[in-house]
Amino acid sequence: MPSPRYWREVPARYRLEAGRCVGCGAVVYPARRICPACRGQQFERLALSRRGTVVTSTVIHVAPTEFQMEAPYAMAVVETPEGARLMVQVADCEPNEVGPGMEVALEFRRIRKEGKSGILCYGHKAVPVR
Amino acid sequence: MREVAIVSAGMTPFGELWRYSLRDLFVEASLGALRQAKADTVDAVYVGNMSGGQFVGQEHLGPLLADHLGIRGVPITRVESACASGGVALRSAFLDVASGMSDLVLAVGVEKMNDGGDVTNVLATAADQENEVYHGITFPGLYAMIARAHMTQHGTTLEDLAAVSVKNHRHGALNPKAQFRQEVTPEQVMASSLVADPLRLLHCSPVSDGAAAVLLCPLARAQEFTDRPVEIRASGLATSSMALAERRDPAFLDAVSLSASRAYHMAGLGPADIDVAEVHDCFSIAEICVLEALCFAEQGRGGEAARTGETALGGRLPVNTSGGLKSKGHPVGATGIAQVIEIFEQLRGEAGERQVKDAAVGLTQNMGGSGGSSVVHIFERV
Ligand SMILES: [Zn+2]
Repeated sequence: MPSPRYWREVPARYRLEAGRCVGCGAVVYPARRICPACRGQQFERLALSRRGTVVTSTVIHVAPTEFQMEAPYAMAVVETPEGARLMVQVADCEPNEVGPGMEVALEFRRIRKEGKSGILCYGHKAVPVR
Repeated sequence: MREVAIVSAGMTPFGELWRYSLRDLFVEASLGALRQAKADTVDAVYVGNMSGGQFVGQEHLGPLLADHLGIRGVPITRVESACASGGVALRSAFLDVASGMSDLVLAVGVEKMNDGGDVTNVLATAADQENEVYHGITFPGLYAMIARAHMTQHGTTLEDLAAVSVKNHRHGALNPKAQFRQEVTPEQVMASSLVADPLRLLHCSPVSDGAAAVLLCPLARAQEFTDRPVEIRASGLATSSMALAERRDPAFLDAVSLSASRAYHMAGLGPADIDVAEVHDCFSIAEICVLEALCFAEQGRGGEAARTGETALGGRLPVNTSGGLKSKGHPVGATGIAQVIEIFEQLRGEAGERQVKDAAVGLTQNMGGSGGSSVVHIFERV
């Protein structure tokens, strides 16, 4: 990924920053210009709680090139208490244990590395709450 | 709007076609359709192609393909909606003829996937790059998440998923154009290697090369080209959120539902009027969810359809008589047009061993991404 794009995405990826629609209260992650629920354009910034519940999940066995060394690994759609839904990897666990309803914490982690001498890309991964 | 008919079709076999380039595939399918109608040129062409740029490094397909088909000067528009590119190309051709702008229009779909491109990564570009792919999800992974949601909410089983693959392979074994002309057993499906749990290799459509073309004209002129035209009664296109995480119910394909209700409304027909359907079974779970969104099955009950034989040849509503994407193959941009060709042949009584008796009304449903776009067409024998 080109580094300007990575830089643009820092607020959402580093700070888990979402937008809350002033008009209808919908929480949109990452923040965007127009509310998908009411088309309002006024938002306030909202940092998401670093925890949530698994909505649905899978275990990736055939992985994209950058993630091949990590397979098999679990991926999940996680809903935070604010109602935002994120696609994240679930780490530090047996991948087959991950499933709908599991409580997870969202932790700041390295997500991927771009090429041999490429930039390191960070973001959040989920880990099960035990 | 004018009434529009399909008067001819042409198609390459689907499979790993190492001797064919993207342009070869396009020309062979297009020539087939032109020859069948005894037409030598057309007023316009719409070509569905997901990613010539990434698969073979070739964009700007319009002039390239016009040149190679020997019709330099004719307007060609390339249409992209990921795996729904073919279906949306048909819709574009339909609108062109219906509007009165053009009379004779080719709708073609083409994809050359086996030419060295990194297929997993290219297909993933149909998902949200910033919010999904960045984190390591794959295309089968997204459908696996849909499958797990469906299993959790509705009790759909691994046997239900396997039954879709078994049925479609049984149909595809009868299709000379299909990539995999052999049957598979539920045991083979459930023992095949894991791709993205719960989806295994035999739940997934293959990587394919291929092209398909149909020729459209005003219904009033159809008899000049064939004595058995098929009318396009309706076209419905819809979008949903790009990212799966944005959908309240990941197991419900709302773009499919919306595109279907638009098409049913336009045709003045309902799900009970359909005799045969081709739907987007890129993964076995997709066929199950699509049956529900098309109102062919009750919400949550789509898993029963293949298992009970309802959607098999000879059943109440045969679905994917061509073998579907699973067995016939899935050259992504070509798929939407190939679906139309199966229905065209069914409604003309030309489907051979796969013929659905007295089929008069047929439906196609073609989907992009994890359900971010969907296009439905309804056809009727004239
Ligand atoms: Zn709003």
